[in-house]
Amino acid sequence: MGQLLQQLLNGLTIGSFYALIALGYTMVYGVLKLINFAHGDLFMLGAYLGLVTLMSLVVSMGLSANLLVFMLIFVIVMAVVGGVGIVLERIAYRPLYKAGRLPAIVSALGASIFLQNGVMLLYGARYRTFPEEFKTAVPEVMWTFAGARLTLMQVLMLIISFLLMAALYFFVNYTRVGTAMRAVALDHDTARLMGIDVNRIIALVFVIGPALGAAGGIMVGLFYGRIYFTLGWSYGLKAFTAAILGGIGNIPGAMVGGLLLGLIEALATGFVSDAWKNAIAFFILVIILILRPTGLLGERVAEKL
Amino acid sequence: MKDFRARLRNLDKRGWYLILGIMVLLFPVIVRSDRWVQVANFFFIYAMLGLSLNIILGYAGLFQLGHAAFYAVGAYTTAILSTHFGVPIFVALPISGLLAAIFAILISRPILHLRGDYLCIVTIGFGEIVRIALRNDVSSLVFLAKIPGLALLKEKLTTMVITGGPNGIMGIARPRILGFVFRQQWHYFYLFLAFVAFTIFAMRRLENSRLGRAWTCVREDELAAEAMGIDTVRVKLLAFAIGAAWAGVAGSLYASWVTVIAPESFSFWESVIMFCIVVLGGTGSIPGVLVGTIGMVVLPELLREVLLNIQQWRMLIFGAAMIFMMVVRPEGLWPSQRFRRELELAREMAVPGS
Repeated sequence: MGQLLQQLLNGLTIGSFYALIALGYTMVYGVLKLINFAHGDLFMLGAYLGLVTLMSLVVSMGLSANLLVFMLIFVIVMAVVGGVGIVLERIAYRPLYKAGRLPAIVSALGASIFLQNGVMLLYGARYRTFPEEFKTAVPEVMWTFAGARLTLMQVLMLIISFLLMAALYFFVNYTRVGTAMRAVALDHDTARLMGIDVNRIIALVFVIGPALGAAGGIMVGLFYGRIYFTLGWSYGLKAFTAAILGGIGNIPGAMVGGLLLGLIEALATGFVSDAWKNAIAFFILVIILILRPTGLLGERVAEKL
Repeated sequence: MKDFRARLRNLDKRGWYLILGIMVLLFPVIVRSDRWVQVANFFFIYAMLGLSLNIILGYAGLFQLGHAAFYAVGAYTTAILSTHFGVPIFVALPISGLLAAIFAILISRPILHLRGDYLCIVTIGFGEIVRIALRNDVSSLVFLAKIPGLALLKEKLTTMVITGGPNGIMGIARPRILGFVFRQQWHYFYLFLAFVAFTIFAMRRLENSRLGRAWTCVREDELAAEAMGIDTVRVKLLAFAIGAAWAGVAGSLYASWVTVIAPESFSFWESVIMFCIVVLGGTGSIPGVLVGTIGMVVLPELLREVLLNIQQWRMLIFGAAMIFMMVVRPEGLWPSQRFRRELELAREMAVPGS
C-alpha cells in the first residue's frame, strides 16, 4: 500500500513536468499543425539557463536563495527561452508554412541539433549538477503517511505546475487574446478575416510554449539535481507522447496525457521493471491509439500528410 | 584536345551517367584511403535505408519515424543466425529481410488507420520499444517469474542471452562467396555498390508499377483511391513490408560489415537521419534520396576535414545547414517532378499576403 502511494506521488510529480512540456507541443500543433521537435531542446535550454541564473544570482551576487530569488529566476529564464522560441519561429518555421509538413519537421530537427550542440559548446558535454546549498533554500520538510514520503520540494513543484497550467487554461479560454488563439487554431484564413493578426498569435504561441517548457526545465533540474545537454530528447519524446496521448492540439488533453504518462511510468518502475518502463509507456500509448485513434480528448479531424 | 572538349560538350545524359558510373567504380582506386572508402560504405548503407524509407514516406506518404526498428531487426537476425547457429551471411541475408517484413506487417496492421502525426508517434514508439528490448535482453524479463505459475521460468530467463544486452553481439561472420571472404573496406565497397545499384533499379521499376501508382493514389487522396477500387489497407501494408524488407537487408549487410552491433546503433537518432535523408533530398525521388544521403552522411565527414580547429562546431553548423536547406529549398535538393508541381500549386492557391 505504501509503495503504491509512493509511486503515485512520484508519478504525479514527473507527470506534471511532462504536462508542462507537452503544452508547448500541443499549442504549436494547435495553431500550425507542426510538430516542433526542437521544443524538447528549448526545455533543456531552460534547465541550463536556470542553473546559470541561479549561480550568478546566488553565488556571484551573493543573494540568499529565498523564494523571491527563485521566482525571479523563473521569470528571467521563461522570458529568455520565450525569446529564443520567437527567434526560432522567425528563422526556421515561418518560411516553411506553405511548403507542406515534412520540410518543417526537418527544419525543426535541424533546430534541435543546433540547440543541443550550442548548449554543449557553451556549457560542456558533461553532467552539470545543481550545488547542494540550493537544496537548503527549500526547507527539508517531509511528510510521511502510510509509508509514502512527500517532500516540500515536491509539493512546491506540483503547486507551481498546476498554477501555470491553470493560468494557461484561463488565458486561452477567458481572455480576448486566448479567444483569438483558438480562432487561429480552427482556421487561419477566417481568423484573419475577423481582424486577427495571425502571425502575432503564432509568435505568441511560440513564446508561451517554450516559456512553460523552460519552467519545466528549471524544475526538473532542481528536482533531480543534475542536467545534461541531451535532456531535451528524452523528455521531449515523452512529452510529445503525452501530448498525443491526450489528443494533440487539445490543451486539457496535454495536461491529462502528461499526468497519465507520469503515473504509468512510475507504476511500471515500481511494479514491473525499471528497464522496461519506457517500453511499457509506449506500449500503452499504442494500445490507447488503437482504441481511440485521436487520443483521449482529441476530436476527429481530417488531415493529410 | 579541342576535339575532346567538343565531344565533352556534346555528351548527352547517358554519357554523363557513364562517366559518373566509371568514377564510382574506380572510387577506391582514386581516393586510395581506407577512411574515405569507409565513408562511401556508410553512404551505401544509408542510401539503401533512405530508399527503403522512401517507399513508405515518399511513395505511400505514411509518416514513419521509426525506421531504425526494421534496420535493427535485420541486423540482429543476421547477427544471431551467424553467431548462434553459424549460418553463412548470404543465407542469413534474405531471412533477415523476410523477418523484418513480417515484423513490419505485424506491427503496422493495427496502426494503419492512424493519421499523420498519430502514426508518427506510434512508429517512434515502436522504434524505441525495439531498441529497449534489444538493450534489456530476455534476462531482464525475470519479473515475469513473479506471476504465479511462471516461477519455473526464473532460472531459464536469468541464464539466457540472445541480444547481448547493451554490449550487443560480437564476432559476426564476414560474407563469403565461393571461398572469397570480404575483409577489406574496398571489398565491401563493391558488395554494397552492387546492392545499391540493384536497389535503385528495383525502385525505378516499383515506382512505375501498378503498386507504385496505387501508392501515389493513396498518398494523394485516400478516399478517392478507395473509390477507384484500390485496397488501401493492402497497399499500405505492402509499403511497410517492402520498405522494412529492404531496411532489414541493409541491416544485415551492416552487421556483416562491422561484425559488432549494439542497440545504440539503432536509436531514434538513426530514424531521424533516415527521415531527413528522404525529405532533404526530395520526398519520393530516387536521385533525391542519394543526394540527401550525401547531405546527411558524407557532409558531416567532410565538415570534419574542413573544420580543423573548430571541430566542436561541426554539428552546430550541420544543424544550421539543415534549417537553411529546408528554408531555401523546401521541395528538397532533387525533387521528383510530382512533388515540385504540387508545391507550386500549393503556393498559387495560398492566400496572398498571408
